[in-house]
Amino acid sequence: MASLRMLLEKPWIWSFAGALVVWLATIAFTGGYGAGGMVTAALSLAVFTVIVGVGQMFVITLGPGNVDLSLPANIGLASAVAMKVMGGSDSMIVVGLLAALACGAAIGAINYLLIWALRIPPIIATLSASFIIQSVDISYGRGLQIKPPPGFADFTNLQVLGIPVLAMLTVVFTVGAALALQRMIYGRSVLAIGQNIRAAWLAGVNVGRVRFLTYTLCGALGGIDGALLAGYFRGANVDIGNEYLLASIAVVVIGGTSVAGGKANVPGVWGAGLFLVLLLTMLNTFGVSAGVRLVLTGLIIVGVITAAGGEKAVR
Amino acid sequence: MLRGLLPALSLALVLIAIAWLNPRAISYFGFNLMLNLAIPIALATIAQMFVIAGNELDLSIGTFVGFVGCVTATWLRDAPLGGILVLLGAIGVYALLGALIHLRNLPSIVVTLGMSFVWQGLAVLVLPKPGGKAPDWLLAIMSFKPPYVPFPILAALVIAIVVHFGLMRTSYGVILRGSGGNAAALRRAGWSLLKTKIALFALTGLFGVLSGMALIGITTSADANIGNGYTLLSIAGVILGGGEFVGGRVSPIGAVLGALTLALAASPLLTFMHIPPDWQVAANGAILIIVLAARVLISRRER
Repeated sequence: MASLRMLLEKPWIWSFAGALVVWLATIAFTGGYGAGGMVTAALSLAVFTVIVGVGQMFVITLGPGNVDLSLPANIGLASAVAMKVMGGSDSMIVVGLLAALACGAAIGAINYLLIWALRIPPIIATLSASFIIQSVDISYGRGLQIKPPPGFADFTNLQVLGIPVLAMLTVVFTVGAALALQRMIYGRSVLAIGQNIRAAWLAGVNVGRVRFLTYTLCGALGGIDGALLAGYFRGANVDIGNEYLLASIAVVVIGGTSVAGGKANVPGVWGAGLFLVLLLTMLNTFGVSAGVRLVLTGLIIVGVITAAGGEKAVR
Repeated sequence: MLRGLLPALSLALVLIAIAWLNPRAISYFGFNLMLNLAIPIALATIAQMFVIAGNELDLSIGTFVGFVGCVTATWLRDAPLGGILVLLGAIGVYALLGALIHLRNLPSIVVTLGMSFVWQGLAVLVLPKPGGKAPDWLLAIMSFKPPYVPFPILAALVIAIVVHFGLMRTSYGVILRGSGGNAAALRRAGWSLLKTKIALFALTGLFGVLSGMALIGITTSADANIGNGYTLLSIAGVILGGGEFVGGRVSPIGAVLGALTLALAASPLLTFMHIPPDWQVAANGAILIIVLAARVLISRRER
C-alpha cells in the first residue's frame, strides 16, 4: 500500500496511466484487434518525440523563459544535411549521422550565442534563429530527392519481437539522460540554475557554460532526430520537423517537468510521448474527422495540464 | 530616451531603404500596396501585447485569427446574428482561459499551445475547404480610400492612439500593466489579479477577432490556415516595438510600429532588393536580431 502511494506520487505515473487508458479504449473499440501492432507503431513514432523532448526538457529546466523554438527548423535542416552527406550510400551512414549531429549542435550553440550576446529572451533568440535556419533549409534542400541509404532506412525501421530497435536504443539513451540529470554535476547544475540562477551562480556553478552546453545538447538532439526521421520516412523534407515544436514542449509538460524550471522528469517524457501518439491512433481508429481530431487533441492537452495543475509559484 | 525611439527608427530605416531602392514606392498607391496586410498584423500584435503585459504569452493567436477568419467568411455573411454570437463566445473563451490560467496557476505557453489545436480544428470544421466570402460591409470598410493618407497608415494611427490611451493613460490600464509589473503589490493594494488576467485575455480575444475580420476584409475569402504565421509575427512585433516578456513593460505605439516594420520588411522591401523568396523568412529573423542588437548597444550606453 505504501509503495502504491509512493508510485502515485511520482509525477510521471500520470502520463503512463493516460497512455494505458487511451490504448485500452482503442482496443476495446476494435475488439482486441491490432493491440500489439498499435504498441509497435506507437513506440516507433514516439521515439522521435522523446529524443527532442529530452533536449527540450533540459532547456525548459533551466528556468522560466527558456525554451527552444528552433527545433522544427533544426530538424528540417539536419534531415537535409544527413541525406546529402549520406548520398544514398551505406558506407557514409556514420558520417551522415555525425554531420547531422554537428549541424544541430552548431544551431544550438548559435542559439545560446544570440541569447548571451544580445541578452534577449531565449524565445525571441531561438525564434529569430529559426527564421534564418528555415531559409537556409529551403535554399539548401530545394528539390532534394536523395533517398536514405538502404541500410539506414532498414535500420530505422528494424524490429525485434515487435519492438523497434530504435526504441530500445532510445530507452538506453533516456536512462543515460536521467543519470546525467540526477547523478552528474552537469545535470545537478541544470537543476540548480532552474531553481535559482543567482543562488547557483553564488554557489560556484558556471552558469554560462552550463546554459551553453544545454542549448548545444538540445540542438544536437534535434539534429540526430532529423537524420533518423529522414531515414524512417525515407527522405528529407523542409516540413519534416513542424509537428515537433508543440510535441516537444507538450511531452515535457505532460510528463511532469515543471515549466517554471528546476524540476525535470525523464520517464515522464516517454509516457507523454506514447500518450500523444496513442491518442492520435485512437482518434484515427474512432474515425473522427481531421477537425474533430485537432479539437480533441487540444482539449486533452489543456485538460491534462489543468488536472496536473501548476505548483504555487515560489517567490 | 533613444531606446524609446528605436521602434520608430527601425521603421524609418526600412522606409529609407525602400525609398532608395524604388522611389516610386513612396506614394499613396505604393503604401496601399506595401502595407496591404499591415492592419491585421498590427491588430494581432496588439492582441499579443495584452497578454505579454500580464507576463503571459499566447501561442494560439495565429490559429485563432484563422478561426475568426473562417467564421467571418461564412457565418458572419450568411447568418450575421449567429456569427456575431460565435465571435463574442470566442472572446468569452479567451476570458475563461485567463481565469483558468490564473486560478490553477498554469503555464500560459502550454495552455495556449493546446488551444492552438482547438482553434485550428474548429476552423477546419467551419470551413473544410478554402473559400467563403467576406460580408460586403467588411469589404467596403477595408477598401476605404481616404484622401491623401493611405488607409493602412490611418488605421494604424487610430489603433495605436486608441490602445495607447486605453492602456497607458487610464487608471485601469495602469492596473493591468501593474499585474505584469508587480503582481504582489497589486494584490496587497486590494486589486483582484483574477479580474486583471481575465481582462487582459479578453482584450487579446477582442483584438484577435478584429485582426481576423480585417484580414478577411482584405483577402475576401478564408482558409483554415490563413492566420498561422501570425503567432510568431505578433510576438516579434511586440518585441520589436520595445516590449518585454516580463514586467508589464509594453508599448502600444511601439507594437504598431513593430508590426508595420515587419509588414513592410516581409516582402515588398525584399522584392525591391532582389532577395530571392527563399531568403525572405531569413530577412525577418535578421531584422529582429539587428534591432535587438541595437537595443543592447543603446541601453548599455545609457546605463
